[in-house]
Amino acid sequence: MFGISKLALKLLTNDKGKFSALLMGITFAVFLMVMMMSMFSGILSRASSSIDNVGAQIWVLDPAVNNVSSSIPMPEYVLDYAKSIKGVKHAEPIYFGGALVKLRDGTYQGVTVIGLDDVTLYGRPNLIGGKIEDIFAENGFIVVKDAEFDKLENPEIGSEFEINDHRGKIVGIAKVSQSGLFGVPTLYTTYKRAITYIPSSRFTMSFVLIESKSSDDVPYIQEQIQRLGYEALTREQFTNKIANFYKFHTGLGINVLIMTVISFIVGLSISGQTFYTFILENLEKFGALKAIGAKGSELVAMILVQTTFTCLIGYGLGVGLATSVIILAKLKMPDYAAQVTYINLSLAFVLVVIIAVFSSYIGVRKVLQIQPFDIFRG
Amino acid sequence: MEKIALRAVGMNKWFGDGEARTFAVKDVSFEAKSGEMLYIVGPSGSGKTTLLSMISGILEPNSGEVFIEGSDLWKLSSNDLADFRLNKIGFVFQDFHLFSRLTTVENVAIPLILKRMNWSEAIKIAKKYLDIVGLANKAELPPIKLSGGEQQRVAIARAIVSQPDLLVLDEPTASLDGDTGRKIVEFIKQNVLNENRCIIIVTHDDRIFEYADAIMKMEDGRLLDIERVKYEK
Repeated sequence: MFGISKLALKLLTNDKGKFSALLMGITFAVFLMVMMMSMFSGILSRASSSIDNVGAQIWVLDPAVNNVSSSIPMPEYVLDYAKSIKGVKHAEPIYFGGALVKLRDGTYQGVTVIGLDDVTLYGRPNLIGGKIEDIFAENGFIVVKDAEFDKLENPEIGSEFEINDHRGKIVGIAKVSQSGLFGVPTLYTTYKRAITYIPSSRFTMSFVLIESKSSDDVPYIQEQIQRLGYEALTREQFTNKIANFYKFHTGLGINVLIMTVISFIVGLSISGQTFYTFILENLEKFGALKAIGAKGSELVAMILVQTTFTCLIGYGLGVGLATSVIILAKLKMPDYAAQVTYINLSLAFVLVVIIAVFSSYIGVRKVLQIQPFDIFRG
Repeated sequence: MEKIALRAVGMNKWFGDGEARTFAVKDVSFEAKSGEMLYIVGPSGSGKTTLLSMISGILEPNSGEVFIEGSDLWKLSSNDLADFRLNKIGFVFQDFHLFSRLTTVENVAIPLILKRMNWSEAIKIAKKYLDIVGLANKAELPPIKLSGGEQQRVAIARAIVSQPDLLVLDEPTASLDGDTGRKIVEFIKQNVLNENRCIIIVTHDDRIFEYADAIMKMEDGRLLDIERVKYEK
């Protein structure tokens, strides 16, 4: 079978024009599909970055909240109630809000301010500069060194700024695993300072973070919180809720889906049509092979080898191209939201397999129809 | 004693049914002997190619039997028939049907590759056969770089590379000028034909009749007669 496969590949690759067209079609389609899905995946990942960065096991929130940045403040009794639930190891409040920072040059820069519980600092980031206890110092803020860091003019420990007419001072520099989606820098401070510096409504608590005594307690805690009219979601559930919001309620998901489908159709059409032309041009030769003694199954195998080879090479090139573009984009724009995931790659692979099957089907149908007698008859 | 290479008995092929039924070949029986070059001749539409297709296992007759080496060709399963063609019959098509994307030697090696021979071994043997047809120096060229006569010789090398007992050629001189055509047939007669091989040629080119051992005349699907002649070099 190796010889027949080699024969099939030589027939394909020696037809450089057709082979290039096939490769280009599939590469382009895979590139578009992977890019689309990677961008979407990057957006979803960034949208739930706070959940990963804070790292709490359970988040208590208003059921109407769809993402971390648009929280609905909850009254204090939610925290007290959460602390009283059996199975809760500890429960802490956290504040998420937006503010404008006035920089030294007089310009304003929007920031996300995260207020950590004054006692436990639960959800604090890993510091790469400064000491965490300095957050309790007067006007102390910790800045996150991420893609947006330079928007605050690359502050150092001791740098000062103005936030809502209050003085702010950088006392630590932190690193988080994920940057946010909206391209604004992040500042951490204490809960009390956050609600003092940033104007807020009657209720101030954005979320309650819970750590259970054991994972078996989680369903009970969720049930108890639900009785109160709020929602308690595990990290994964909250991430999925945010993802579903972006997928189904923002138009973003459907747009990406449409673009992915269009890319798939483009790949399918180019590959299908080019392969069909390739088969048509070689139809008499396939007939001659049949006359000489090639079996139908061998001709089918030849076509499968050709389409599989083309699709795999095209897939590799497409993934390589998309990855290169994303890497280059991230070098130029560190906050570029795109990530290649195994799910994206698997999905693109499945779509490429469908393209291969479709192209093979077209070729196989035609080749099996040709009769050797037609070759004699001319 | 003369060995019978092929025996066709009561071959019939028709197209259409009822009043529309048209016979392409009607009640043809004949024998072809090993070591002889048999021509099937006749005007266009006389059923030559249809008969050639039936006796070489390509077109199933409506009735009749074809025996090669004792096997009734049309009693074989389609896979066995394909194997039989691959191992016992060599084909030279009117338009050669060489793969332009392969080199000349790779074209010749195709039957061996289909027989699951190792690629490099197949190429090695194919080179020997290219040498036999005098094209060893053109082994790595694509067929489109060769003249019509050279392409015909490549097609012959491909047909004999698996050492078939029966070689069938469909209008081998149709795409060639008179002189080249004669040279090709003379070459086949002198270098390809041997005592264990039978060659059947469909042609209407009377310039090559002089090389025939037997000429089978057909008209309107019927066999008129077989004339066995003596070829003299």
